[in-house]
Amino acid sequence: MQELRTLIGKEITLEWRQRYALNGMLLYIVSTVFVCYLSFKLKANQLTPITWNTLFWIIILFTAVNAISKSFTQERAGRLLYYYTIASPQGIILSKIIYNSGLMLVLSLTGFGFYAFVMGNPVGDLWMYLVTIFLSSIGFASSLTMVAGIASKAENNGALMAILSFPVIIPMLLMVMKLAKNALDGLDRGSSSEEVMILLALDAIVVSLSLILFPYLWRS
Amino acid sequence: MKNNWWKIIAVLLLTYTLYFGLMGTVPRRAILNESIRNVYFHVPMWFAMIAMLTTSLVYAIKYLRTNDLQYDLKSVEFTNVAILLGILGCATGSLWASVTWGDPWPSDPKLNSVAISMLMYFAYLILRGSFDDEQRRARISAVYNILAYAVFIPLIFILPRLTDSLHPGNGGNPAFSELDMDNQMRRIFYPAVIGWGLLGTWMATVRVRVRMLEEQAD
Repeated sequence: MQELRTLIGKEITLEWRQRYALNGMLLYIVSTVFVCYLSFKLKANQLTPITWNTLFWIIILFTAVNAISKSFTQERAGRLLYYYTIASPQGIILSKIIYNSGLMLVLSLTGFGFYAFVMGNPVGDLWMYLVTIFLSSIGFASSLTMVAGIASKAENNGALMAILSFPVIIPMLLMVMKLAKNALDGLDRGSSSEEVMILLALDAIVVSLSLILFPYLWRS
Repeated sequence: MKNNWWKIIAVLLLTYTLYFGLMGTVPRRAILNESIRNVYFHVPMWFAMIAMLTTSLVYAIKYLRTNDLQYDLKSVEFTNVAILLGILGCATGSLWASVTWGDPWPSDPKLNSVAISMLMYFAYLILRGSFDDEQRRARISAVYNILAYAVFIPLIFILPRLTDSLHPGNGGNPAFSELDMDNQMRRIFYPAVIGWGLLGTWMATVRVRVRMLEEQAD
């Protein structure tokens, strides 16, 4: 527990020292939203809710892949080796997952705020939508962190990250979009409970697999 | 000969399937008509693919436990055969769909799930290609293989059942066995499943032997 706290603290300090990376990601999501806004010109208010929702989640997907792919490449190989001698692999992967969840939450909330600002906000049940964003941050972070770890071991990991992560994340993305659609239409919250359970179950599978498999990964 | 009896069984079962699958009597159903014979080819190919991927998973786990490169070789070759069976499954399914559903690739959750899984395993092959060091390649692709399988199972078995699907057995549709298959068909269907599974295993073992010989020759 102590180890976990120290490692998360380390991730945050590291991010804070390289603020340009964080600012870069925020700018990335804001400019992507703005590109979408400009592409639809002033017709943004004519978007159907489904298009609105899909567009938002695609933006979040690309932001997530970009943001999380750097979680293993930010540090030099020598320094990673040093962490591995003093910390347990489970601690490292868990701290990275928790840190990335927080990062994704910040990014997607900023993204959502700006998106709703320029593209209009047709959401019926705002709290449920925010819960969806929260769940998706955890889900995306947990599945992408492991994939980022795999991709970082290979050369040219930019392209590899995309092809490895898109198929892995699609089941989660579909569930999230369904949940978001329910929130968008302002459906009764009880009707979304099934999606929430599946999302949590998928998270549980990915996190437990990460804990089991990461020790094999970092040894190489 | 002692170790090859199952190959003979595979040939016999598949000959039986081919002959009686094309010539045997089948029940008359609306829409399906003669295309119901595809049940002997399309469905067992998917079963065989899932069996191949499971075998590949088992070898990936074995590799991680022992670091023996021979398991890595088996793991990747079983995946290759699974991909081949998957492509064949898609092709036969596409034929079937164009006859019965009027569209070679209807928007159906099960089809999309399968397409995603194929992408995942293509990515696995590309991941393997990006390493030079054998041990490293073996370890990392084994890790990805396990991860991919853990996504593959919910994709194939859980998600399509939650939404409406054209496939039998999904989205509240009754499965084939309840409705359409009579005992006459079962007599061909079950041997077909075993036959395609054995053929897949045979192909994988041949490929493994070729690869091992190649490595010895180097």
